[in-house]
Amino acid sequence: MARLLIDEGACTGCEACVEECPYAALEMKGDVATVNEKCTFCGACVDACPVEAIVLEKEEKGVEGLDISDYKDVWVFIEHKRERIANVSFELLGEGRKLADALGCKLSGMLLGDGVEECAREAIKYGADKVYLTESPILKEYRTDAYTAGAVNLIKQYKPEIVIFGATTQGRDFAGTIATTICTGLTADCTGLDIDPETKLLRQTRPAFGGNIMATILCQKHRPQMATVRPKVFAMPEKDDSRTGEIIREGLPIGEDKVRTKILEFLQVDQTVNLMDAEIIVSGGRGLGGIKNFPVIRELANVLGGAVGASRAAVDAGWIPYEHQVGQTGRTVRPKIYIACGISGAIQHQAGMKTSEIIVAINKDPEAPIFKIATYGIVADLFQALPMLTQEFKKRLDR
Amino acid sequence: MKIVVCIKQVPDTTDVRIDPETRTLVREGVESITNPFDEYAVEEALLTREEYGGEVHIITMGPPQAIEVLKNALAVGADYAYLISDIAFAGADTWATAYTLAQAIKKIGTVDLVACGKQAIDGDTAQVGPGVATQLGMPQLTYVSKVREIDLENKRIVVERMLEDGKEIIESSLPALITVVKDINEPRLPSLLGIKKAAKAEIPTWTIKDLPLDKVKCGLEGSPTEVVRVFTPEPREGGEILEGELTETIPLLMDKLMEAKVIK
Ligand SMILES: Cc1cc2nc3c(=O)[nH]c(=O)nc-3n(C[C@H](O)[C@H](O)[C@H](O)COP(=O)(O)OP(=O)(O)OC[C@H]3O[C@@H](n4cnc5c(N)ncnc54)[C@H](O)[C@@H]3O)c2cc1C
Ligand SMILES: Nc1ncnc2c1ncn2[C@@H]1O[C@H](COP(=O)(O)O)[C@@H](O)[C@H]1O
Repeated sequence: MARLLIDEGACTGCEACVEECPYAALEMKGDVATVNEKCTFCGACVDACPVEAIVLEKEEKGVEGLDISDYKDVWVFIEHKRERIANVSFELLGEGRKLADALGCKLSGMLLGDGVEECAREAIKYGADKVYLTESPILKEYRTDAYTAGAVNLIKQYKPEIVIFGATTQGRDFAGTIATTICTGLTADCTGLDIDPETKLLRQTRPAFGGNIMATILCQKHRPQMATVRPKVFAMPEKDDSRTGEIIREGLPIGEDKVRTKILEFLQVDQTVNLMDAEIIVSGGRGLGGIKNFPVIRELANVLGGAVGASRAAVDAGWIPYEHQVGQTGRTVRPKIYIACGISGAIQHQAGMKTSEIIVAINKDPEAPIFKIATYGIVADLFQALPMLTQEFKKRLDR
Repeated sequence: MKIVVCIKQVPDTTDVRIDPETRTLVREGVESITNPFDEYAVEEALLTREEYGGEVHIITMGPPQAIEVLKNALAVGADYAYLISDIAFAGADTWATAYTLAQAIKKIGTVDLVACGKQAIDGDTAQVGPGVATQLGMPQLTYVSKVREIDLENKRIVVERMLEDGKEIIESSLPALITVVKDINEPRLPSLLGIKKAAKAEIPTWTIKDLPLDKVKCGLEGSPTEVVRVFTPEPREGGEILEGELTETIPLLMDKLMEAKVIK
C-alpha cells in the first residue's frame, strides 16, 4: 500500500505543501504538516517541499508475464464516418509521426470498418508507415463490442507500444473499453504528448478540475500506453501523395451474434450543431434576453460558416437545445474563433471554451469575467454590435 | 428491476480557483458536491423505478466524507446506499476505480441496469463508466440523452445517444450500463421527509475486507497510470478591449479575425 511520509523533524512548517496540494489533503497540525485521508498520492507536495521532508512510498512492481520490450511502434486509431477520416485522426497522425520519430520506430494506423481501404491509403499519405486493417460488414458502424473485439485482436497480436485515439464520443467510448479489456492504463482527453528523452516513456499532459490544473501522467509498467487526445490540439499534417506503406489485414474474431447492441437509426443534425468540428463558433447567453433573439446569433454563424453555441443559462431557459451547450456540463470545444455574445464567462462556461484559439467577447458589462480571457473584447450592446458585424461580414465576404 | 447508480463526490469547481499571485489553487471554502452528471443518473434510476418497479442502489467510492453524496441520493428517494471506503483504495486511477466499483456492484447482486454520469467534473475522464461495464461484462451505452423503452420480459433497452453530429438510436440487451448527459431529465429536489429519512439512514461502509477484491488491483498500486507532475497552467492572457465607437471597433475586429485565415 502506498504511503505519504512526512518527516516531522525535517518539516519547517513553511506550508508550501499545503498550498500546492490540489486535493486539500495536507493540513498544519501545530508547526508540522500532516496528511489526511483525501490524499491521492499524486506527489505534488513531494516536489513542492523545499527541504525534502515528504516522501511518497509505493511498492514498485511489474506486471507478471509482460515484457515491455516486446511492444514496439506508435499506433493511431483511424476514426471515420461515411468513408471519411475524422479530422482528429489526421491531427494524431501528424503528432504520432513526431512520437514515432522520437522513438525511432514506425507509425501505424489502426483501422476498422467495412469497405474502408481508401481510408487506409489516405492514412499512409498523412504519415503512417503501415495500416492494420480489419474489415467486416459487422463493423459497418461503430459499435463498442465489435470494434473492441477487432482492436483487442490487433493489439494483442502486433503489440504496439503506444496507441492514441481522438477524444471524441467514439474514441472515449472505445478506448476505455479496450484499456479495461487488455488491462492497461489510459489517459483521457490529453492536450499534450511527448516522449521523455531519458526513459522513452510517453508523457501525457491533460487538464483537470475544469482546466484549473494540469497533470502529467505516465504509464510505466503496462503496455500499450494509451491516450485519448482532444480534437484541434495538434495541427493538421501535410498530405504527401508520394508516400507508400503497407496494409496488413486481419479478420474479425467475433460474429454478429456476439454483438449485444443494434443501431436502429441515426438522426443527423445540421452543421450548425456540430460544435466539435466547427472552426468558428458563435455563442449566445442570457444577454440575448429570449428565444426570439437567437436569430442574431444564427445569422452571424451562417455568414461565417460556423456553428451555434450557448451558455447553460440560455439552454436552461429553453431558448436553444442542450446539444449547443458549451461548458462543464455541456461540450468542450476548441475552435479557431469563439465569439461569446451576452455571456458573462462563468468558470463553468470557461471550462468548455477557454482553450479556443481566439476568443471574442461582446458584452455590455465591462466587468464581465469573459473579458479577462478574451483575445478581443467589445463593450457594447449585442443588439447593436452583432447585426453590424453580420452586415459588414456579408459585405466583405460578398455573401 | 435492480438498478445501481455510481456517484462521485467532487469539489465544486466554482470555487476551485487559481491565486493569480502564488499560482496555486485557492481552496478556502471549497465545497464538495455530487458530480452534476451523477444527479441525472440518480434521477433516471428513480424514474425507471417509478415506471418499471424495483429498487435503486447507490454506491460511491471515496473518503469517509463522501457519505454526504449518498445521503443526498437517499433524500431524493434512492432505496439503499453503500460507501466504499478504505485507505487501500486511495490514489486509484480510472482502471482501479472501475475494478473496485464493479466488485461492489457484484456484491449487490444480480442487477438489471447500472447508471453513471457521462463524466466526473474533477477528472473529466469519462472512462469509469466503460471500465465498470467491461469489468462486469455488460454492454455499455454512453452519452445517453433519453431512455426510450425498457422491455424487461425480453431483456432489451432502447436509448438515444448524443453524439457530435447527431442522435443514435440504439438497442441493447440487459443488463447494461448507461452513462447519461444533462439533457436526459430534470433532477428532483429532496423533500423534507426525504432529508429526515436520509439523516437517520444507516449507510454501510464496505472496506477492502468486505469485497471480493484482489488487493494489487486497488488504489495506487492497482493503477496502471501514474501522475508524475501537477502544475497550474499559464493563465490565459486577457487581451485587448477594442475601444471606441462601434463604427470603428467592428471593422477593426473584422480585420483581426480575417488575419486568422479561418473565415473563408
Ligand atoms: C455544476 C454547474 C455546471 C455548470 N455548467 C455550465 C456549462 O456547462 N456551461 C455554462 O455556460 N454554464 C454552466 N453553468 C452555469 C454558469 O455558472 C453560469 O450560470 C452561466 O454560464 C451563465 O450564463 P450566461 O453567461 O449566459 O448568463 P449571465 O451570467 O447572466 O450573463 C449574461 C451576460 O450578458 C450580458 N448582457 C446582457 N444583456 C446584454 C446586451 N444587450 N448586450 C450585451 N451583453 C448583454 C450581461 O452583462 C452578462 O454578463 C454551470 C453551473 C453549475 C453550478
Ligand atoms: N469514485 C467513484 N465512485 C462512484 N462512482 C464513480 C467514481 N468515479 C467515477 N464514478 C462514476 O463514473 C462516472 C465517470 O467518471 P470519470 O470517468 O471519472 O469521468 C461518474 O459520473 C460516476 O458515475
